[in-house]
Amino acid sequence: MSRLLEMKGLTKRFGPVLACDNVDLKLDAGEIVGLLGENGAGKSTLVKMLFGIYEPDAGEIYFDGQLADIEGPGDAIAQGIGMVHQHFQLVPPLTVAENIMLGAEVVPEGGPGSVVGVMNMAAAEERVLELSKRFGLKVDPSAVVEDLPVGVQQRVEILKALNRGARLLILDEPTAVLTPKETDELLKVMRSLADTGVGIIFITHKLREVLAVTDRVTVLRNGKYIGSAETAESTQQSLAEMMVGRSVVLRVEKGTAHPGSSVLEVRDLRVRDDRGSAAVQGMSFDVREGEILGIAGVEGNGQRELVEAITGIRHSESGAILFGGIDMTNATPREVSEWGVAHIPENREKDGLVDNYSVADNMVLNTYFKEPFASRGIRVVDAIRKWASKLIEKFDVRPRTITSPVKSLSGGNKQKVIVARELSAENKLIVASQPTRGVDVGSIEFIHNQLVHQRDKGRAVLLVSAELDEILSLSDRVAVVYEGRVVAELDGATATREEIGLLMAGGSASEAAVS
Amino acid sequence: MSTIKPIPLVLAGLSLLAAILLYAWDGQQTEAVVSRAVVEAGPLLLGALCGLLCERSGVINIGIEGTMLMSAFAGFFIASYSGVIWIGMLGGLAMSAVVGLFLAWTSVTLKQDQIIAGTIINIFALGFTSFYYVQGRTMPGVPRVAIPVLKDLPFVGPMLFDHGILTYSAMFIVVAVHLMLYRTRWGLRTRAIGEHPSAADTVGVNVITLRYRNVILGGLLAGVAGLHLLQSASSFQRGMTNGKGFIALAVMLFGRYRPFGAMGAALLFGLLGGIQAQLQFKQALDIPPQFFGMIPYLLTIIVLAAAGLAARPPAAAGTPYEGA
Ligand SMILES: Nc1ncnc2c1ncn2[C@@H]1O[C@H](COP(=O)(O)OP(=O)(O)OP(=O)(O)O)[C@@H](O)[C@H]1O
Ligand SMILES: [Mg+2]
Repeated sequence: MSRLLEMKGLTKRFGPVLACDNVDLKLDAGEIVGLLGENGAGKSTLVKMLFGIYEPDAGEIYFDGQLADIEGPGDAIAQGIGMVHQHFQLVPPLTVAENIMLGAEVVPEGGPGSVVGVMNMAAAEERVLELSKRFGLKVDPSAVVEDLPVGVQQRVEILKALNRGARLLILDEPTAVLTPKETDELLKVMRSLADTGVGIIFITHKLREVLAVTDRVTVLRNGKYIGSAETAESTQQSLAEMMVGRSVVLRVEKGTAHPGSSVLEVRDLRVRDDRGSAAVQGMSFDVREGEILGIAGVEGNGQRELVEAITGIRHSESGAILFGGIDMTNATPREVSEWGVAHIPENREKDGLVDNYSVADNMVLNTYFKEPFASRGIRVVDAIRKWASKLIEKFDVRPRTITSPVKSLSGGNKQKVIVARELSAENKLIVASQPTRGVDVGSIEFIHNQLVHQRDKGRAVLLVSAELDEILSLSDRVAVVYEGRVVAELDGATATREEIGLLMAGGSASEAAVS
Repeated sequence: MSTIKPIPLVLAGLSLLAAILLYAWDGQQTEAVVSRAVVEAGPLLLGALCGLLCERSGVINIGIEGTMLMSAFAGFFIASYSGVIWIGMLGGLAMSAVVGLFLAWTSVTLKQDQIIAGTIINIFALGFTSFYYVQGRTMPGVPRVAIPVLKDLPFVGPMLFDHGILTYSAMFIVVAVHLMLYRTRWGLRTRAIGEHPSAADTVGVNVITLRYRNVILGGLLAGVAGLHLLQSASSFQRGMTNGKGFIALAVMLFGRYRPFGAMGAALLFGLLGGIQAQLQFKQALDIPPQFFGMIPYLLTIIVLAAAGLAARPPAAAGTPYEGA
């Protein structure tokens, strides 16, 4: 196969942070290269330079053997480079066809319409259907994007790139928000695209996916090129060690649980979602001291609303939520937090952090009004700084600065800030929702150990995750939810991937037992 | 996008029925009211379309009031000194484009708070036009065109076919904006940069340039609105916009950021104005005219409270674009 891309010595600095330092990357046509590295290693920065979003401080990009001059995304697209971004770049109220055609609208030549650029949407939808058939990516061109599940939105993103004739496709953490089934489908599509000669750069934190689909991997650490390896000669363990630079324990070490009395009791809870339809439809379960209850389920089966109701963010229609026997249904978030509930929210930017505040201020979001961080209503900045410095050290937040705004951190480090804050306070119950989404292997190991550690200290942990491996390796008990109900409660030690997977998809418990 | 919705249809039907009944009851007065309603709706609709174009591209424009005032001011004095109304109107448009450019520069390039930029425009316009106002001047009138035959039709004749040219232009512009927004490449890109600018940027659409263009274009529409006020009043007066630029914002919201929605809302406000004028003229009821004068503003507050909750503004409105 011919050499498609060669990046030589790419360097990019953001103020004090050297995000990419002299990085090389090679890619052949029809090849899938996995780009790995810890959070903040510079993966997104590297591919954004390739796509023309950032201008490199130094380095050269050869595309198709020619020195490429990429001034902006428009240039990149014109040369045949497509990108699916870590954060979706779709306009929610527009249709699938409108999103795919944006920037490459179908405007028939000639006639008065062409002067003002009248589009032919029928032809556009036709074209989308044709693309969708050709690449086996099923979409409805006239559907409105915001009504679609994330998996389908992801397909739209890929079609958008393919529509522009991408010969090089960059996928930046495309699987972070997908269900296991959607992920499998995506990996298949990637393979068949590569078979048609498209070169793919695949960024992910999930080593299972890397081993399943890539031909080769390139690893970055702290902005530096660490090395490349053939996938066939790699294992999860070897890749993890290359990324982190030390040996990583991929399996969670945990002893048996010694559960005590109930900390959280949820009784026949009913909660509505934003659109007013029933999301939680009569859930009941307990979480006891010293145990981790894992809530497994495909996203969108009421988990989000459940967590929001427990933490006081969302109104419960009926039923009861009891903390240590006290009825706290529809208590305010402050009351819930004061009682001793720590919350690691699913949407960290929205519910967990104030993006423009410094790391230090974010570390005291739930305690800023209390001693020693405030005295008679006045903030004690020294105490806040000291506390924050201690936490970023202990929880390995990078870069080690407490004054920079939290929005300048990479996704995984933002998550560490939340985990640090929530797990350092005195708590009785920890509600952790998708705690390791988009987080690198080293940090996953760390966060998992922290959760087990909390359990061993006698705290109750409610873990909500769409990641089956996470549920299986952490939970003492597993509650599987489907369409707003708990459809089964299983013993964490004996539950299998297949069994939970079937229940999550709406299969009955007896079917699951047979399989 | 343009599926037929039952509620507006029923409302339109009911209004038509009411109009027929009223017409049968007192033809002359009904004709006067609806004709006046269309004229009153003109500047509100144009102002709302200005707000709509800006906000759909992600820039909140609360400086409509000031832009209208500046345009009316420039239009009046240039027409007055040159003696040619067309030159005056061009002058008014040029002035409103400059105001649009100012808003674009502060909010898109300097990334300043858009509400403050709009407020500055309003305060500046009021002060500037009051200070340089010269009393006692006149200007040539804005041409009025009665379309032969059609104007003699009962009811619809005076309503639609006997107006100043700027009222016709409002009718034309609303159709044009609707078609442009939903059918053209420009429209698709405009809707995209107001909702999710980085999505447009990453497919090669220049967000900054397009926002500039649309905010200036919006300024021009507010300019036409200001000239429309001149058309009705035949001369400039201090503070002659009288809050219409703000009512236009309510019209935009009430119309849910859609051109034809804005048209419906503008006609509703216009009808109130028409009824008020007619009652005042006839002294038909023993109600102080100030009471009717108050109604549009009261309605504005109610609309802002009620429609503000229901209408979903473009997601990126008010946020400067920082890059992907
Ligand atoms: N626009 C920016 N301004 C300032 N700093 C930035 C910017 N973008 C990235 N950084 C910094 O550059 C470094 C590399 O970030 P990058 O987003 O490339 O990491 P990543 O490898 O994609 O991480 P993740 O796996 O969390 O997505 C980080 O330290 C980040 O804080
Ligand atoms: Mg990244």
